[in-house]
Amino acid sequence: MSAITTDLSATELSKGANLSSWLAPLIVVAFAYIVVPLIGGSYLFEAILLPFLALSLAGVGLNILTGYAGQVSLGSAAFMAAGAFAAYNFNLRVEGLPLVASIVLSGIVAAAIGIVFGLPSLRLRGFYLAVSTLAAQFFVQWALTKFSWFSNDSASGVIDAPKLCIAGFEFDGAVGRYLFALTVVVILTFLAYRLVSSQTGRNFIAIRDNEIAARIIGIPVLRTKLLAFAISSFIIGVAGVIWAFAYLRTVEPAGFDLDRSFQILFIIIIGGLASIRGAFLGAALIVVFPLALSRLGNFLLGDVFDSGVLDMSQRIVLGALIILFLILEPDGLVALWDRVRRRLLLAWQSS
Amino acid sequence: MSFFTTVKAVALSAALAVSVALPAAHADEQYFPLQSYRVGPYAAGGTGFFGGFIDYLNLINIRDGGVNGVKLTWDECETQYEVERGVECYERQKSHAGAAAWNPLSVGIAYAMIDRITADKVPLITVNHGRTDSTDGRVFPYVFPLLLNPYSETSGIVNYIAAKEGGIDKLKGKKIVVLYHGSPYGKETIPIYELLAQKYGFTVQQIEVPHPGNEQQSQWLTIRRAKPDFVVLRGWGVMNPVALKTAVKVGYPVDHIVGNVWSNSEEDVIPAGDAAKGYTAITTQASGNSYPVVQEIVKTVYGAGKGNLEDKSRIGSVYHNLGIVNGILNVEAIRIAQEKFGHRTLTGDEVRWGFEHLKLDPAKVEALGAKDLFHSINVSWDNHEGEGYVTFQQWDGKKWNVVSDWIAPDWALLRPIIEKSAEAYAAEKGIKLRTAADADAVAVTN
Repeated sequence: MSAITTDLSATELSKGANLSSWLAPLIVVAFAYIVVPLIGGSYLFEAILLPFLALSLAGVGLNILTGYAGQVSLGSAAFMAAGAFAAYNFNLRVEGLPLVASIVLSGIVAAAIGIVFGLPSLRLRGFYLAVSTLAAQFFVQWALTKFSWFSNDSASGVIDAPKLCIAGFEFDGAVGRYLFALTVVVILTFLAYRLVSSQTGRNFIAIRDNEIAARIIGIPVLRTKLLAFAISSFIIGVAGVIWAFAYLRTVEPAGFDLDRSFQILFIIIIGGLASIRGAFLGAALIVVFPLALSRLGNFLLGDVFDSGVLDMSQRIVLGALIILFLILEPDGLVALWDRVRRRLLLAWQSS
Repeated sequence: MSFFTTVKAVALSAALAVSVALPAAHADEQYFPLQSYRVGPYAAGGTGFFGGFIDYLNLINIRDGGVNGVKLTWDECETQYEVERGVECYERQKSHAGAAAWNPLSVGIAYAMIDRITADKVPLITVNHGRTDSTDGRVFPYVFPLLLNPYSETSGIVNYIAAKEGGIDKLKGKKIVVLYHGSPYGKETIPIYELLAQKYGFTVQQIEVPHPGNEQQSQWLTIRRAKPDFVVLRGWGVMNPVALKTAVKVGYPVDHIVGNVWSNSEEDVIPAGDAAKGYTAITTQASGNSYPVVQEIVKTVYGAGKGNLEDKSRIGSVYHNLGIVNGILNVEAIRIAQEKFGHRTLTGDEVRWGFEHLKLDPAKVEALGAKDLFHSINVSWDNHEGEGYVTFQQWDGKKWNVVSDWIAPDWALLRPIIEKSAEAYAAEKGIKLRTAADADAVAVTN
């Protein structure tokens, strides 16, 4: 078994520029930790980076399930909601529970729900599975609205996020919450990265590519599929905690609707399936691009049309661009990125 | 590759736009950040409300040259009623100098903003909605559920039914069904109906309609079996016309259905057609365009081609008039604050002080050209709702007709419940209760 692993990682190493495959993410993380807090304003953190981090993490989670293990899911927002409400309730009801523990527990709750709704995947595939994960989407939202215990019997069902406090240190303000979210995202992304290059990750890919072949070479299909659902839901659940606690600072079931599930699915499709980087690139596009369009539209045409007309036309432009993009680059932003990098490298070498 | 260049070009121009988009603040301007929604499922409410609000701000600018010479400015940011878009708009618009108050007209967005506006010291107005306990100004210094919070609305409806039956003691033994929208908004009043039922001796049965509410056959069959004396419709959007149509189908008399404040617009009854004839609903502001202030808007603003509503037949509709009333409340708060702090651009905290002294008695309301449009308001540092009165309108198939006097909700009964809830919130968040002296200390810089 270990022979295969070393073998594969050796080919991987020779494919990428060996050291740079670690160097690039390290530089990005260092930049995010050191430079960004120094130069960024509150708009950058509150409106761009925090939703970007939460959605990226959700994208990483869904990518494990859909990109690597090949199980289509439309229930991502439900797992985010499960995570957010679980963390809220652990934090509220268990006296003195540290925040880290309630985040981990919330991930476990989301994972458990993921396993339950992953069970149909043993029989169903493709569209049929996607439709059955819709059940998770509707059930979780319904349960959270129906039973007011989840929102601590708050009159309107909308609840406030607790303070982010770890070991006496309070992550207050936009920068604090950003660093908190960044840390969680970095840790989980690192673990996800390790996972997909491990034996389990290869089992995921084997099942995605040919389930019968995978079964024949001795991969436990049932266990592996449920594991994919569990790990993916865990990560998405924690992404829900970041969304609710660090970004919006409020939790309401309506915020985790089907649209959010689609949004996360689009992130991984546009970013690139079966790629950790893809989730980040996709999230960046989905978060930043509409904002840039809307600000540009307001700036150029804000005096001529009202905001409704502008918003409608932005949707049309955005939709058209996404279609165009997927035609030109069906493998997602990751493929585009790699191609650009190769060309730049070539240009640099030839000069 | 060409696609990549396009993306780059767009990104670059966007970055340019961002860097030059915000003009320097003018010394004599007061700015309203409008987190409006003109597309999406609730566009009918959004266009009407923000249309009325902008029309009134325009009226003040055109007719009076602003508030004591301070020009009112605003810009719109589309939220589609979605929380994260509202937050983005907040972050985008807050860098603009001279912000007076936020008016998102969305419970979800308002919740997400409470921490933020409290830190920034700018008032947040949730006219006719919002969280009930934000009425308590000791705990929520910057949040104002002006005119009517959900509990007052409930009390107003029960008082109206009592008046129709011939007195509060006649409620004993009566049966009321509340048909509510299956959402946080719809559920907010469940405990208060139970409490009022106990207090006045009527029985209440509360039935949920799952969102969005376009199928209500089973709920109305239950209602037919229960034979209630009144049905309170606590709906939203498509649920309202469907409820009225289904009521006719099962044979429940429509004039015994009372709508709440988000089931009271033209958009709720027109789609129901004849089924809505005789339906009554609560409102804080009467509809119609006969009021002097609405007439002035028609003449001055729409006459100058600056009207905000595309469909002029909506002038004077329920949502449009709510926007106008909201405009009056915001502008008068600024005016009151200006008398204390000077005729200049005010800070958010100074405007907050203005809202906390927003007292418009019926005479003042008449002077503003809004007699009978709304009754009065009396906000104080610890009562951020301001004791708004309600009235009831009946739909005759073409327009709403006022069928009641101005009715006062039972504030004395509600206040202890609100205080208890607010104090629990304060304890949970570690907020120190504000005193009258704290309320008078005003930050002069934002």
